[in-house]
Amino acid sequence: MTQALQTPIKASEMDPKFKYEISKMRGGERLLRCFQCGTCTSDCPIARFSDTYRPRQIIRMTQLGLKDRVLDSDTLWLCASCFTCTDRCPQDVEVASVIRVLRNLAVEKGHIPRVFKEQCASILESGYAYRIPELRLKKRESVGLPPLPKGNPEGIRKTMREVHFLKHMETKG
Amino acid sequence: MNSMTEDRYLMFLGCAIPYRVAAFEISARKVLAELGVQLEEMPEFNCCGLPLDPVSHEMMLILAARNLALAEQKGLDIITLCPGCAGTLKKVNKTLKEDAALRNEINKHLKEAGLEFKGTQNAKHFMQVLIEDVGLEKIKDSVTKPLTMLKVAEHNGCHILRPKEFIGFDDPENPKTLKTLVEATGAQCLDYLDETECCGAPSVGVNDKIALQLARDKLNHIKSVDAEAMITICPFCHIMYDTNELRIEKTFDETYGIPILHYPQLLGLAMGIKPEMLAFNELRVDVSKMLDKVSKGGK
Repeated sequence: MTQALQTPIKASEMDPKFKYEISKMRGGERLLRCFQCGTCTSDCPIARFSDTYRPRQIIRMTQLGLKDRVLDSDTLWLCASCFTCTDRCPQDVEVASVIRVLRNLAVEKGHIPRVFKEQCASILESGYAYRIPELRLKKRESVGLPPLPKGNPEGIRKTMREVHFLKHMETKG
Repeated sequence: MNSMTEDRYLMFLGCAIPYRVAAFEISARKVLAELGVQLEEMPEFNCCGLPLDPVSHEMMLILAARNLALAEQKGLDIITLCPGCAGTLKKVNKTLKEDAALRNEINKHLKEAGLEFKGTQNAKHFMQVLIEDVGLEKIKDSVTKPLTMLKVAEHNGCHILRPKEFIGFDDPENPKTLKTLVEATGAQCLDYLDETECCGAPSVGVNDKIALQLARDKLNHIKSVDAEAMITICPFCHIMYDTNELRIEKTFDETYGIPILHYPQLLGLAMGIKPEMLAFNELRVDVSKMLDKVSKGGK
């Protein structure tokens, strides 16, 4: 994002339709209300320790239609989804949800950071976001905990095929 | 408790707890049993859906709706230990109840498995069940060994409170429930700087440095008020502070030695349950000094 922000913006980079596309998606409805007050950035726990992550900038770039700069940026994946920005926005913009909408679109362009991809792969395989070691399962038994639910991996794989998500798991992230 | 069915819940474990936070489950089941809350298991549950939200909102909706539909078939409300699971199930429940077109769309994916989301059951976090359904009086009555000798700090985490539009529980800007529950054990619950700040766990793997800096800030703040332990109610916050405390000490040249307890471990102690029954041995940070103080009793 640092580079994405520092290079001059060319008018040809802006997609005027982008903000309307985002506004139609769940969580993005109130994107256009943002008047750049900066409450989101000043209250963001990640922004306090990051030189690059600024939710206000992501929202502005989205409004301007700088689609590729936003979607190709690693910074998009720094949000911790704490929802402080969403709860405190005076204009009721669901800032964290706009970022989630943008992430979903970045995935469609083939960008999935490794840690997110690993969780998806684990859910596909077992129905759980982490690969639970055999030892843990045996330990549950020995301390008298009930067996774990089966996790439904076949059903999840089938659904992923239905919603055409599975293809993103096969691309290089 | 208004009726017989209200003290029965379907247990939803999620992913993090069976993966590496067994102490939370063991101690929570113990104290819930002690308080007369009955738990049923659902062998068909899958992940709540939250880990898929950043990559596919639609997949998240389908996974969450499936879990809710299973609970509806059983006719029981869900209790979760993980605030992320509770938040996700609550959010999807509300969204699908209010949006008929989306509900129909999601139900198409559940049909083949013989399921349908109708919106007839709720999902609640453990802490919400304690305060709203069990009730503070009953919890106080269950305390036989008040922990008056302890000074602790609470840490709520984010997803138990936010986004407030969907959670509808406590006040995210000035949360009181966990403090009240801690004080019910007899322990003193200390105020400190930036109590509602995020633990940093969601940034682990994306940017570890930021995550550890956030956790370090929190540990510094609770150290400065001389807290003898930190009390959490989220498996991820617990991993962030307990599993990573040593790493934070080494990375930033700090010294803490502050034990991180799951709330039901604290409550269990106050109920007079032995530490070995509450999985204290699973904690990474040495808790022996604190347990010695508790066993000696007094103020």
